[in-house]
Amino acid sequence: MPNRSGQFALLLAAALMFVNCAARAQLTIEITGGGANQTPIAVLPFAGEAALPQALTDVIEQDLARSGRFRTLYVGGIDPLPSEMAQVNFADWKSRTADAVVIGSLQKLADNRFEARFRLLDVPKQTQIVGLSLTFAAKDARLSAHKIADIIYEKLTGERGVFSTRVAYVVKQGARYELRIADADGQGAQSILISPEPIISPAWSPDGTRLAYVSFQHKKPVIYVQSLTASRQPAPVANYRGSNSAPAWSPDGKQLAVVLSRDGGSQIFLMNADGSNLRRLTYADAISTEPVFSPDGEFIYFTSDRGGSPQIYRMQAAGGDAVRMTFEGDYNVSPRISPDGKMLAYISRTEGRFRLIAMDLASRQMQALTDGPNDESPSFAPNGRMILYASDVGDRGVLAAVSSDGRVKQRLTVQAADVREPSWGPFSGN
Amino acid sequence: MKKALSAALAVALLYGCASQQAAKEEPKARVEERAPSQPTTTQPAQPRAAQVNPLKDPNNVLSKRSVFFDFDKSDIKDEFRSLLQAHGKYLAENRGAKMLVQGNCDERGSREYNVALGQRRAESVKRTLVLMGATEAQIEPVSLGEEKPRCTGHDEQCWSQNRRGDMLYGGEY
Repeated sequence: MPNRSGQFALLLAAALMFVNCAARAQLTIEITGGGANQTPIAVLPFAGEAALPQALTDVIEQDLARSGRFRTLYVGGIDPLPSEMAQVNFADWKSRTADAVVIGSLQKLADNRFEARFRLLDVPKQTQIVGLSLTFAAKDARLSAHKIADIIYEKLTGERGVFSTRVAYVVKQGARYELRIADADGQGAQSILISPEPIISPAWSPDGTRLAYVSFQHKKPVIYVQSLTASRQPAPVANYRGSNSAPAWSPDGKQLAVVLSRDGGSQIFLMNADGSNLRRLTYADAISTEPVFSPDGEFIYFTSDRGGSPQIYRMQAAGGDAVRMTFEGDYNVSPRISPDGKMLAYISRTEGRFRLIAMDLASRQMQALTDGPNDESPSFAPNGRMILYASDVGDRGVLAAVSSDGRVKQRLTVQAADVREPSWGPFSGN
Repeated sequence: MKKALSAALAVALLYGCASQQAAKEEPKARVEERAPSQPTTTQPAQPRAAQVNPLKDPNNVLSKRSVFFDFDKSDIKDEFRSLLQAHGKYLAENRGAKMLVQGNCDERGSREYNVALGQRRAESVKRTLVLMGATEAQIEPVSLGEEKPRCTGHDEQCWSQNRRGDMLYGGEY
């Protein structure tokens, strides 16, 4: 047994190195444009939360502010801090223009877990909107803070919050490609796959337990599905002769639409999520790619150049005739449908600039959400409020997000790395 | 011992992060052997009798493996016909030989749409090789989309090098 302690030291060093660098490689989010009609809210520090390395209320406040829907108010100098409604000076908060106040407390339990109790209060009405308690282990403190922020967001805006959801993306550093998953605020990044060859097109299963993606490790594109819950090796689900790419999950998570060139050309096929029961859907003598299901599962939207230039089409999910959806310009690609099924987001090239466009499917009205020049790979947040996409700054890929009304803009960057191919995961627990 | 360990740790930490931060620069583009612009030999050498592997001999046209395309195009330009003719003939004379054709695109536009465009280029190369005598079964056309650029700049000079089909023989991929 040669040099056991040396081995241990190395291991430890490697582990520490990973932790340290992982921390440096976090996504940082910068808000580059604000929204209108922001609700003024005061998030008061929770009594006892100093027991955690990071205060829950810091995370909650940052989540709410980043959404663009809230203006967080200065809460310094409040003494004593109220943790019950009776202790709240509503008149004072009214004069500070707060519409809502969040108060709470944190207690360490006998089993070393924590219990956070919080109340969301309506200042003008002087009533409680919601009061809840959450029990969690110290390692889940951030997630619990995100969940509290989700509840506050939902109570005040009427739509579900996405602070406790996750995003997947690809980081390129030199010749190394990493598929990563992080919390929606960019923290807690974990590496899912590291490869010396490119990785593209990550796609979350609707239940959030699996990621489909395309790997080039076999010198050609091959589609894999990786479980995020079991420590299984990723399995190829489509590795036919030719190219295999563009996986998209059906809303029930049972099927994948994929693009295969095994019959010649790039055609859309449907298969079970394990790769079985392959059926061809498109037959046009042209490219058909980038399939994506409508949320009700009825349609597949895709990109095709069957009309001479790449445009977005729609067909029944079982195949059949396709209807053209885009007519302006000669390059409209990467369709995505909002979770409520009402909006088509896609990338359009005009005068050499690739921009994110939103089309209202009922009125067919279009709005440019970004200015480009190199915006691509859009992905809706599960509540439809924001769209994450890949962009670049200088020579480096960055992720950016824009609200579906174009008002709120954010930029997400990883230090010294090229980030691309974002995919916003589903709501947790459904 | 304790001191040595923490020193080792410090070094490891420094090294680990330094290397991660330094990893920003692109890897060097893969350099391929290029034949001289006027090949001295145009006839494919006899594969068995030859001392030198004709596929690797820089004086043999078969050592040239790349076909370039115009923007948004996948048709074979006249200047590459003789090259594809030589490879088609080689494949016809060496039925055991297998080839992977990798289609590539420049960086502009959707990654997945570029996979499809690269596929069309690879299939265009394959079709021409089959016309020149190769069989369907010998050639697998695949796409690398915009993912493996030979040139990493952001101008037409680079893009024209990246709109490309590469021919790799069995054992080379």
